[in-house]
Amino acid sequence: MSNAILVVGGGFAGLTAAIEAAELGHDVYIVEKSPWLGGRVAQLNKYFPKLCPPSCGLEIQFQRIRKNPRIKFFTLAEVTGLSGSKGNYVAKVRLSPRRTAPHSVDLGLLSATLEGETPSEFDLGLSSRKPLYKPMPFAFPARYVLDVDHLTRSDKARVAGARFLFPSEEPKDIELNVGAVVVATGWKPYDVTRLSNLGAGAVKNCVSNMQLERLASACGPTRGRIQRPTDGRAPHDVAFVQCAGSRDRNHLNYCSYICCMATFKQCLYMAEQHPEARMTVFYIDLRAPGRYVKVLEKVQALPNVSFVKGKVADVVQAEGDRVTLTVEDAVRGEKLTLTYDLVVLATGMQPSLAGGTMPLPMPVDEDGFVAGGEDAGIFAAGCARMPLDVTRTAQSATAAALKAVQTVQGR
Amino acid sequence: MAGKIGVYFDQENIGGGLDVEALAAETSAKWGDLTPVVKVVPLLAEAGRTIEEDVTAQGLDGVLLCGASARADSELSRLPALVDHVNLRELCVLSYKNPDGTRPYPRDDAPELLTIMARDYVNMGVVKLQKTEKPDSAAIEGVRRILVIGGGWTGLTAAAEAADMGYEVVLVEREENLGGAVNSISIGSPLQSPWTDKQPSDIAGKIAKVKGDRRITVLAKSSMEKLEGQPGEFEATVSTPSGPMTHKVGAVVLATGWKPLDAKYLAPMGLGVSPNVVDAATFGKMLAAGEVTARRIAFVLDTTIAEEACKAAAEEQAAEAAPEPAPAPAEGEEGAKVFVKEDLESIRHLAYSNAVNSVGMLRLANMVCERTEDATQAFILYRNMTVPGILERFYKQMQDRLGIMMTKADVTDIRVTGSTLLVECRNTLLGMDFDLDVDMVVLPTGLVPTSAKEAVVQFGYRQGPDFPDLQLFDGFADSNYICFPYETRRTGVYAAGCVRQPLTMDACEEDARGAVLKAIQCVESASRGVAVHPRSGDASYPLFNFVRCTQCKRCTEECPFGALDDDEKGTPKPNPARCRRCGTCFGACPERVVSFANYSIDQIGSMIREVQVPKDFKKEGPRILILACENDAYPALDMAGQRRRAWNPYVRIIPVRCLGSVNAIWISDAMSKGFDGVMLLGCKYGDDYQCHFVKGSEICSKRRDNIAETLDRLGVQPERVEQLEVAIDEYDAVPELIDGFVRRIVDMGPNPFKGM
Repeated sequence: MSNAILVVGGGFAGLTAAIEAAELGHDVYIVEKSPWLGGRVAQLNKYFPKLCPPSCGLEIQFQRIRKNPRIKFFTLAEVTGLSGSKGNYVAKVRLSPRRTAPHSVDLGLLSATLEGETPSEFDLGLSSRKPLYKPMPFAFPARYVLDVDHLTRSDKARVAGARFLFPSEEPKDIELNVGAVVVATGWKPYDVTRLSNLGAGAVKNCVSNMQLERLASACGPTRGRIQRPTDGRAPHDVAFVQCAGSRDRNHLNYCSYICCMATFKQCLYMAEQHPEARMTVFYIDLRAPGRYVKVLEKVQALPNVSFVKGKVADVVQAEGDRVTLTVEDAVRGEKLTLTYDLVVLATGMQPSLAGGTMPLPMPVDEDGFVAGGEDAGIFAAGCARMPLDVTRTAQSATAAALKAVQTVQGR
Repeated sequence: MAGKIGVYFDQENIGGGLDVEALAAETSAKWGDLTPVVKVVPLLAEAGRTIEEDVTAQGLDGVLLCGASARADSELSRLPALVDHVNLRELCVLSYKNPDGTRPYPRDDAPELLTIMARDYVNMGVVKLQKTEKPDSAAIEGVRRILVIGGGWTGLTAAAEAADMGYEVVLVEREENLGGAVNSISIGSPLQSPWTDKQPSDIAGKIAKVKGDRRITVLAKSSMEKLEGQPGEFEATVSTPSGPMTHKVGAVVLATGWKPLDAKYLAPMGLGVSPNVVDAATFGKMLAAGEVTARRIAFVLDTTIAEEACKAAAEEQAAEAAPEPAPAPAEGEEGAKVFVKEDLESIRHLAYSNAVNSVGMLRLANMVCERTEDATQAFILYRNMTVPGILERFYKQMQDRLGIMMTKADVTDIRVTGSTLLVECRNTLLGMDFDLDVDMVVLPTGLVPTSAKEAVVQFGYRQGPDFPDLQLFDGFADSNYICFPYETRRTGVYAAGCVRQPLTMDACEEDARGAVLKAIQCVESASRGVAVHPRSGDASYPLFNFVRCTQCKRCTEECPFGALDDDEKGTPKPNPARCRRCGTCFGACPERVVSFANYSIDQIGSMIREVQVPKDFKKEGPRILILACENDAYPALDMAGQRRRAWNPYVRIIPVRCLGSVNAIWISDAMSKGFDGVMLLGCKYGDDYQCHFVKGSEICSKRRDNIAETLDRLGVQPERVEQLEVAIDEYDAVPELIDGFVRRIVDMGPNPFKGM
């Protein structure tokens, strides 16, 4: 029997669930697949509706973790098995090697001397990274990762003798005794290559909404300047294509909740940086639930933003690395062909569990959302359960923490 | 007070060509017996055992770790002594540049200015630790009982969940029956996976569970009279049919829900004009009672008509008469302010209820079709069908349902024509405009939070019975923080459900559970004597030296959380379990009455005085003090250093808990010490404030007027003190912010007090 709680995923939902349970007095383990905590929100420039930086809230969460000995976290870690039953589980966890020393020695200079380069996962391919890297300044833990697959021959020689680097470190397997599980595995941006009519990711200057977040971010590839990836020019004509994958039975059979709001927010970024830029939003419905309607009204009041109800049918490359859209205006019944400097696809949110094999004994629906498991002491939180924004995710994660605590209490 | 401090230097992580051995020797020589252990270790992260042994062997009560930022390596903080860090890497070496803007070569010896800076920071660290004490416990015996205000869907969920945690519950419900609005929603929108189908709400089952639980006391036909005290030991006075009753409770879940928007706002759409125009909530009740006979029904989600009529009326009113000045707050006897609740209900609540109504109309349209065995035609007319997230699946299901027709439409008029109603639809998806002939029109219900209309908790607090600044949230008892949705400004009171936001039923249930966790966490924290969010786990709390108190009431008025009450004379009464430990009270106090064991006026003042300020401004440069908020400004500086952004080497940075805790005495200390300028670096304020303590940076900016006056009187230019706002991600911009300030100070010349 164990009264510890396993939290799978160290993004916003997982952090919230873990910290809230720990501050109630329970031992918690966070198992995070990537090398750092923070998850998807770490990639965002600002949150709607306040346009405040996500790292502000993460800073508080990381402080709470630093101060709380009840929270233990594992990065580069994945649950490989769960045996036992509610109240008495044994979780098998595989720890992939980080290959750097377990403290925050500054490896920045060494990293700069390496030759290897590979597209940055954190910047969604908009920049490249070194094989020894730490992609964001607020990385927690504040440690580099050594990616041996992208070392050049001379890099290998360089790291072989380097202090604080362990290129041949091996994976490790550990076991954790827990009484309940919170599944906070979150989401991934829908794979644009599957959206063949929207250019399948091959059209230049057609970026995803998450890529635009990286372009707008102070620690992004352009240090926050929104520009065309091909030539660095400021875009004059910008289109936002809503429901890129969402609300579509062939792709995501639901609404991704955040994309309308994200687009409104990005219109505000654009208007601030490029007041002259003209923007058009192509949509099915403008979904600004509750008091978010104020953000929609703010964007509607901008002189350079227009809205067209209609689904974009086609995205192709035009001359000068511009992008041409074909869209039917649903109200006027007109077919429009329009060309832009920059097109932003509001790609939807797909649960991380979609298409994968999570070795946890709970049902997952056809889209990949967790669809039960409560009887087994397994509780989904945040976007593993349904598409949500950050506030609703925090509510959901706090609720899941309560259910997990009820499960292990008194055991 | 730490009397024996071990100082450790991290050889690996300091760098910059600093002579660390020399720094250590200077530290030892300067502080003597206070620092019996001063060591340079190869790597601090691997010196944990050494330090622990020293703590035991030498009886150290403080440990000062000089090396990388505390934000980088934190494991070492868990030593059996008071621990503090001196950030020599990010805030000193990595962010260093020469006064002319050049950077030293990496392999060179440290420039003299860098050595001076490092020495200052180490000395400041030692004196800070010297002036730090281990806090006594403020633990109280928390009552394991939760007060749930409101017995509707959310409140019932909260009560049952709290009871399942082993807590007792007092549930206060204004009406005779529990269940609230959901009593007329026997079949609800989807509550669980697969989120496609209507679902029985089983409100009767929920009520029965609550009534049948002996841990739950239900007080029906009751309302809040007063909530006094603090988390863990609140006293709730409830007005009940058998007179007022007082219950001891540990924390509160606020689930008082909503009231329908005043029908007058929907009159332009026919509500109250024709009996066949009703709002969704009324329609739901009629349907439940079998009173709906209409067979062609328009569900109109587009409320532009009402909104424009409201706007036109407001413009007309504005044109007719200049608005009267807001009435001055009524003065009661003895000059005490009498609380008058500002009515925050408005037509805006209709728009904010868009998602609840979009889902609700789907539910109602489906239900009426079912009840009449598909003999009804339901038309749903919308501008934007706001069914966000997973409930799209329910929407899709309804699109395929027989009898329901939906289209985008601008509804431009609703009028009575004989026995039927005509709904004028423009810009539809059917390729034409049309007038829809129906028997009945259903309009959305505006959810007005109860907190917009009344003080729902009735706090018996010095700052008044209501939550402050609810107009920021249009009357909803919501949190200002996206990341922390349970933060009301009254510790121990957590809002859930539609009093916080218009939410669908599934979201209300989830919200109720979250609020219960926070409520119980607050009781447990009070029982351990530690703070809740954002300084969760902090055992320090404000101590009052009442001998010096002049009853000026500034602390009680300025506390952003209303933590302090007072007696008739105005002497503050601390409530540690209500306190968030921001220090705004001691920033407010002109008499140094308030302090924390580990944070005080004297402590920061001593750090300021520890900086070596040269007399010769021209030759040795100015000195500038930056008091930086530790939540956002300090991390921004830290990350700037990490990114090797440099700023003027004449500044010295001291982190503070919040700019609200900045006391004018520190500014005087800095000026009399000879500092040439003081920069207050804090969070953004305004309606979308980012301050984690709500008001800190705003209060600080207000106090600056007083500071300026004081400086003026002393003959020091008030421009020597500036407050600047910085967000945590402005790490690349903050160095220029600093350099700009330094340039302005250099132009001003030396502080006239320098060297005196």
